[in-house]
Formats: sequence, structure tokens, C-alpha cells
Amino acid sequence: MTDPALAARPLPVASPKFTVRDLHFHYGDFHALKGIDMDIPEKQVTAIIGPSGCGKSTLLRIFNRIYAIYPKLRATGSILLDGENILDPRYSMNRLRSKIGMVFQKPVPFPMTIFENVAYGIRHHEKLSRSDMEGRVEQALRSSALWGEVKDKLKQNALGLSGGQQQRLCIARAIALKPEVLLLDEPTSALDPIATGRIEQLVEELKSEFTIVIVTHNMQQAARVSDLTAFMYLGELIEFDKTEKIFTKPDKKQTEDYITGRFG
Amino acid sequence: MNTGTDHIIKSYDTELSRLTAEIVRMGELSVKQLEAAIDVVERRDERAAQRVVDNDDTIDQMEHDISHDVVRLLALRAPMAGDLRNVFAALRTAADIERIGDYAANVAKRSIPLSMVAPVQPARGLEHLARLAATGVREVLAAYQERDAERAHAVWKNDTVLDEAYTGYFRQLLTYMMEDPRNITPCTHLLFMAKNIERIGDHATNIAENVWFQVTGEPLQSQRRKLDQTSSADFSGLAGSGDKPARP
Repeated sequence: MTDPALAARPLPVASPKFTVRDLHFHYGDFHALKGIDMDIPEKQVTAIIGPSGCGKSTLLRIFNRIYAIYPKLRATGSILLDGENILDPRYSMNRLRSKIGMVFQKPVPFPMTIFENVAYGIRHHEKLSRSDMEGRVEQALRSSALWGEVKDKLKQNALGLSGGQQQRLCIARAIALKPEVLLLDEPTSALDPIATGRIEQLVEELKSEFTIVIVTHNMQQAARVSDLTAFMYLGELIEFDKTEKIFTKPDKKQTEDYITGRFG
Repeated sequence: MNTGTDHIIKSYDTELSRLTAEIVRMGELSVKQLEAAIDVVERRDERAAQRVVDNDDTIDQMEHDISHDVVRLLALRAPMAGDLRNVFAALRTAADIERIGDYAANVAKRSIPLSMVAPVQPARGLEHLARLAATGVREVLAAYQERDAERAHAVWKNDTVLDEAYTGYFRQLLTYMMEDPRNITPCTHLLFMAKNIERIGDHATNIAENVWFQVTGEPLQSQRRKLDQTSSADFSGLAGSGDKPARP
């Protein structure tokens, strides 16, 4: 797939949140992303799928510039967030992180109380009165569908929660900052099917407020939760289209082979 | 669509191939039933006719088994894209073949009362219709087996020939009935039998649509003019109305 004529074209999107153009990424000498063009629509769920090492997590992490803290990592091209290039070093990291929340594969609650886990990030960005803070924490826990389970034990250590609850706590922590975008990097791969179902339901509910980008190994999950699906392979975006199209009649043979379990 | 690459899980390939093979086998059985039904009409053999009617149970059972296999594949393999269209087309095609089997059995069933009255001339015309229908079903089964959308499309377009032949046969039967009222009973049976055969052609076109969808992912748009005009309001059964366009 080096022929540019065969590469996926950016899907026309009415109101793109992210506009990615000619994005390349290098880990030292390794060329991990090779000219990605894609428009990620606002307040929809975009899934990124592909085999291990295809660059999907790399792409997700560039959206909040995590790479910038490591030396030898280099991104070129542009990613416009509401028209501003977030790869530009003048785009402040604090501003970027306040707009973009991220949740990782393994739930990583801080070793503190449930309440503090959510309040911690808010304190970093805003000064709120005690009652306002309580309101914000409750709102975030309600939005992440965790409030009912934790409202009587907010002072308990978050590490005592189950894996699925911890992951929803991480989502609460991310949305407490009122970001515009939620990046989910295989958010359910460490969870059982019931906890997975709750997270998927949550994604469905949250998309009315947030632009969501989810990286997943689970194709059925991509099919269930996303509006658009991007298939990546060897650092290239092979196909990006409506989820329904990708899972019923993809245009590219590589996409078809991957989603039907034919990839050798 | 089979992209030419095997699944990582080999047994999945085996199950999909078996599904296709079962449908082809079921389809062949339905064509044989149709041919046997026409044969008993000509031979006026009541017992053989009853055997054809009884054989339809085998086709029904096959459809039942295929539905079961499809549900199992959907549940256990969660097919996607071309595999999903493959399984979906299999389910629909099995239902169409089951109907073809029913119509063939109906033809055989009507041959029993037909053989109880004196032979009539137009009984022979039925064979021509049946041959057209059988050819259509065989062709579309081959297209299904080969995943050949163009071949399926050809069957789909060619159904007009059967429709026109049916319309002609309908007129012919009317002339016999008008000529001698004693022909009315056998000709009415023949008319029903002809209609059954014409419906078999329609199911062959349904299968062609399934094949088209399976291969291309697109529906086969209905462009073909329906040429069985016997149900149009101003069809007199005699000359003069054949050039009017029928309902789309």
C-alpha cells in the first residue's frame, strides 16, 4: 500500500473536530505513521482498528501529544483541533490537555480516595469552592455511570473498586475536566463482558457531549459503539468510512481480510 | 465475498463451504422435483406423483437444517462483511429453494386429478415452461456456487422469457376452454400448474438478487419489466393487449 492512489482519502465530514493532514510519525528511525489524512467528526464515535503495530495507538497518542515528553519521537504534518494545529509547539500543553481527556487500557486510579481521584485534575485547572467541587465530582461520577455504586463510599480508596469500576472512575476523572474530546485506548481489554457492556453503554451516552476516538482490538466492539471506523495497517490508513459500510462492504481487500479474520 | 485468502480459523472455512454445498444440493433436488413433476404429468402416473409430493419433505428438512446452520454461524462466528453477506444470502436462498420445492410438489399434486380426466392437447405445453424454469434454477445455482454476479444477472433478465411463455400458454388454455367446456376442468388445473412454474422463475430471480448482493454488496435494482401480463386489468386473454406495458 505505498501507491498514493490506493491510500484512503479523508472522508468528507460536515463538522470535523480533528483535521489530520499528511501526518508522519517517527520513533527514532522507525517510520510508524506514513502520511495519515483523516477528518474526525465532532460528537461522534470514531473507532480505529488494525493489527498490533499498525500505528493505531500511536495515532491516538498524538492527538494529545503524549509523545512530546519523550526524546527521539517526531511528528510532522498537521492536526487541526477546531482549526488550530495542536502539533505546533506554541499550542500549550495545558490547553490541549484541558480539551482532550484520555483513558488507557488498564485502569490507573491514583492511590487516593474515589473523591480525590476525580477532584485531583479539577484542582489542577480550576479553583472551586468545596460545594462546587462536590457538585462537579458528583456530576462526573453520574456521567460515568458510577455514582450509584460509589456515592456512599467516596472517602474509600479507589484501589478497592473492581476493574470495571476503576475504569469508569478513570472516565469520570477525564470528563470532570469538561474536555471536548475523549480518547479511549482499548478501554475494555482488561474488563469482563459485563463491565465492557457498561463502558460501551457509557460511550453511547457520552457521545452527545464529547467527540470520542476509541482504539480497540475488538472488532465487534468497534462495530457496536462507533459511527465511523478507520482501519490501519503498517502505519497507513487503509480505509476510513461509516462503520456500517466497513463491516458490511469494505472497499479494500485488506480491510475485508482483517475484519473477516483472514489476515495471515 | 471470498477474497481468496483462507480464514485464520480453518474450521470457519469448512463451515462456510459446507453451507454453500448444502444449498446447491438442496437446489438440485428442487429442480429434480420439478422435472419429476412434469414427467408424472406426461405419464399420468398417480403413484409417482404422490412420491414427488412426499419427497418435498426432504427439501423442507434441508431448509430447516440450513437455517439452523446459519443461526449457529451467526452466533458462534459473528461473520463480517463478505462472510456476513454470504451467510445472509444462504439463508434467503434456502427459503427461495424451499418455495421452488413447494411449487414443484403442487404441480405433481395437481397431476393426480388431471390424470383422472381425458387427456387434453395443451398438457404438453407445460413441459416447455418447466424446461425454461429448470434451466433458470440450474443457471442461478451455478452462479451461486461460482459467486458469479453477471451470470446471476443474466438469469434475472432472462425470466422475461418464462413470463412471456406463461402469458402465451394462458391464452392458449383460454382458447381451449372456450372451444369446449369439457376442457375447463383439465385446463384450469393446467393453468394453476403453469402459474406454479412461473412462480418458480420468480424465485430463481430472487436467488439471482441474493447472489448479486452477496458478491457486490449492492441490491439488484428492479429494472426488468414484468412481462407476465395475465393479471393486468385489460388482459382479454386474446390478441390485442400484449403490447401494453404492464405494471413495473
